[in-house]
Amino acid sequence: MRTSLGDRMTAWAVTGFLWGFRILIVAVVIFGTIGTIRAGKYTPEQWIDFVVLGIAQGSIYALIALGYTMVYGILRMINFAHGEIFMSGAFGAYFVATRMSKTGFLNEYPLLAVVLIIAFAMLVSTSIALLVERVAYRPLRGAPRLVPLISAIGASFFLQYSFRGFFGPGVYAYPPVKALEGKWDIVGNGILKTQLVAIIAAVVMMAILYSIVMRTKVGKAMRAVSEDKDVAALMGIDVNRIIVSTFGLGAAMAGAAGVLFALIYHQVNFFMGFIPGIKAFTCAVLGGIGNIPGAMLGGLVLGVTESVGPALFLEGIGIPRPYQLHDVIAFTMLITVLLFRPSGLLGERITSKKA
Amino acid sequence: MKPKDNFLWMAAGIGLLMGGIGIYLCLVGMVEVFSKRDVIQDVVTLGMFLLIANWALAGYVAALRASSVPSAKRPVANLLSGLVAGLVTSLILALLVIIGSKINLREVFITASPTLYNILTFGRGIQGLWVLIGVGALFGLAGAGLFLLPGRLRRPVMVGILVTFFMALFAGLFSVIMVNQGGVILRSSEWLFGQTGLTLPGALGLFSATFLITLLWSARGTQVRARYADLPKRPKFAILVASFLALVYVALMLPQVSGPFVAQVIVLVALYALAGLGLNITLGFAGLLDLGFVAFFAIGAYTVGLLTSYGQYGLVHISFWVAAPIAVLVAFIAGAFLGLPVLGVRGDYLAIATLGFGEIVRILAGSDWLSPWLGGPQGIIGIQKPCLGWLGPFIKVDVPRVCHGFELGGPVKIYYLAVVSAVLIAIIAWRLRDSRLGRSWMAIREDEDVAEALGVYLIQNKILAYSLGAAFAGLGGAIFAVLIGSIFASSMQLIVSINVVALIIVGGMGSIPGVILGAIVLIGLPELLREVSEYRFLFYGVILIAMMRFKPEGLWPSQTAKRELHREDDAASPVEKAEAPVETAEAEA
Repeated sequence: MRTSLGDRMTAWAVTGFLWGFRILIVAVVIFGTIGTIRAGKYTPEQWIDFVVLGIAQGSIYALIALGYTMVYGILRMINFAHGEIFMSGAFGAYFVATRMSKTGFLNEYPLLAVVLIIAFAMLVSTSIALLVERVAYRPLRGAPRLVPLISAIGASFFLQYSFRGFFGPGVYAYPPVKALEGKWDIVGNGILKTQLVAIIAAVVMMAILYSIVMRTKVGKAMRAVSEDKDVAALMGIDVNRIIVSTFGLGAAMAGAAGVLFALIYHQVNFFMGFIPGIKAFTCAVLGGIGNIPGAMLGGLVLGVTESVGPALFLEGIGIPRPYQLHDVIAFTMLITVLLFRPSGLLGERITSKKA
Repeated sequence: MKPKDNFLWMAAGIGLLMGGIGIYLCLVGMVEVFSKRDVIQDVVTLGMFLLIANWALAGYVAALRASSVPSAKRPVANLLSGLVAGLVTSLILALLVIIGSKINLREVFITASPTLYNILTFGRGIQGLWVLIGVGALFGLAGAGLFLLPGRLRRPVMVGILVTFFMALFAGLFSVIMVNQGGVILRSSEWLFGQTGLTLPGALGLFSATFLITLLWSARGTQVRARYADLPKRPKFAILVASFLALVYVALMLPQVSGPFVAQVIVLVALYALAGLGLNITLGFAGLLDLGFVAFFAIGAYTVGLLTSYGQYGLVHISFWVAAPIAVLVAFIAGAFLGLPVLGVRGDYLAIATLGFGEIVRILAGSDWLSPWLGGPQGIIGIQKPCLGWLGPFIKVDVPRVCHGFELGGPVKIYYLAVVSAVLIAIIAWRLRDSRLGRSWMAIREDEDVAEALGVYLIQNKILAYSLGAAFAGLGGAIFAVLIGSIFASSMQLIVSINVVALIIVGGMGSIPGVILGAIVLIGLPELLREVSEYRFLFYGVILIAMMRFKPEGLWPSQTAKRELHREDDAASPVEKAEAPVETAEAEA
């Protein structure tokens, strides 16, 4: 027979552990920041560079996170293959961009070219997402939660290695757009044009998505289905079609994000969707799963923290080569959010948990 | 509606779909890569076999669909459907060749090469497309024919094909083993196997033999089983003991017979099975989805490394037999540590949180920050092999200690260590499952809140689930460290965690034989098949999707899982029971 003492002791151990965790994080942040500012290694211009890169990266994560958050809101399922949807958009864009670059179209009409590339990437990513939904997710609706998750993991592998088979394992260089080289002298050192374009494009697309979800009939139907699938069906909404639309919309955003990523980092590779996928899900959880503005906010917060964090916190407490640990910062943020505010910064937007 | 009534249109539709799959198989490179290996020497390559299977499947499905159309006359309609399906499939493939000869597809799809087209046209250029279409139609027809066969004959045919294919795939392996035996076995090996794959007479002989055996078994099998069940206790027990001893003998002799490569594969399977049994406790019994499991494996490996290495990172220099239990203990504590924060996190969030933990551990292990202690990206080298005897003193850095006794070096000797550990852990897992602790875990898995209301201490049981799972994985990591002799952080990728999760799911969650079967299928088979190895993760993905679709309870499920996931089938069971005796009566006639 266990006494309640044993139970109480374990409860104390847990509380103590959680408090210790909180204190550790706060200590690292405070001492690290103090240390870095004292050392004065970075100029204000460099800090601005970090922040802008963080915003650009964060915008990309936010676009991908929108797909995760919408699908989770409706199906209560993490679409593990979403990172690969992002990758497929980037790859699609790569081929079109290379063709355009060869004919010179890319540099003659850069704006039009980029818009066309984004459109094509969205087409590719949406088609693949719909295929995956049809084959790997739809037959499993209503199965216990683990089953679609494993199927999603399978789909993720399948897509990654199919792309590897089609296009090869190498890293491919994205053709540079002359109009986007260099910086704009706005603040400090100037902002890289590619990053600025990425941020603006991301904001525009997020605005479009938000107005679709809030103002159109389809959007209203999506919100209804994510609130209560069965009642929405009773109201005459074709749930299957809405689910497909949700997947499609999220995939389009991810495809566009792929193009922006390629613009900033100039490379595509079959494995590129994996880590951004996980981080994007982190953003979605950060902001509140099912919550669209939350995903955007989460993306921003994660992107900036990831970019500024290593230099700001870790270097101050004496960790060498802190940029290696930038993923650690991202994952620690995720765990912190899950421990202390699991509904996210802006709160969850899904129905009460099923039994 | 028109398309549904007309079975020919349906067949064409199926042909279209399978044609698309055929193009996928070509463009992803499988046909080309697989064509380098023969299934039947000089007759059929593995690549061609892939296409044949595609055609036959098209024909089979078309015939199946046709039989559901009431106006279609059996068997003509089915055969015709199969023919059409195969025809359309190969037409699509021919289209690929034609387009490919006009436009350079290679800019985009790296495999759209002349070699591929050569394979598809049987080396005859555009004229060869007629051969392609003909062969496709033929195998579509064959697929339909297979569908039309009565069940009694179909099963032996399928089993015959499967066994022959299996032997062809593993031809290299089996021929090496058989050649080593000499005598009659050597000569039969020469008849059966060619340079790569089976010989034509060998394949035909194998197929016929398997066909006949399966046919006989389905007729006589139930009788044999009934007679066995009727045996009195003594002889039954004797048979059981005899088969157990035979199994043990095979297990002991296997590495000697098959060589170090196979031994290494089996060691890997055993270690993954160890990790799988650990995760089976966390996920299978307690229902806690842990995607960061590789972290515990790494902790076990690094602990053994730090404690036994004679390289520069070895902290103390003790023997493996002392270090391994310490590694298990450290992993146990680490499991508690990782479990404590995530106690309140549920479901999918738990998966991502634990995934984050796993990645954090990996990045920290390989980071420059911790490299003075953990070796950074280079890792720890120079891990002392286990010694059954007296270990000489530590002399200086990078000089291995002398073992006065029997040193377990190399995969053949580690094989015994790994297999014995795996069996031991399997027994522990089995006893745990049937214990009060195991039942508490399963209660937590089914519904946490109800379990708590019934008096199950959530915190302690959950932490124990994490810790024990971690401890098992830690043991696996410890053995892995001495197998390789060194460890690096880059071998502790997320993919290992996913491998372990996948093998539990495929084998059957919560089922101990299922975990072992999963390890053999998902780890052992790809290691043994080189060509498949390149597309390993692709097959992985397909297997996971297919398993979740058709058999989510796994290949060897525990009884509860089977009941849960096939609840609709319970309604059908009275009908099944009524049909069974009729089948046996038929077989006997």
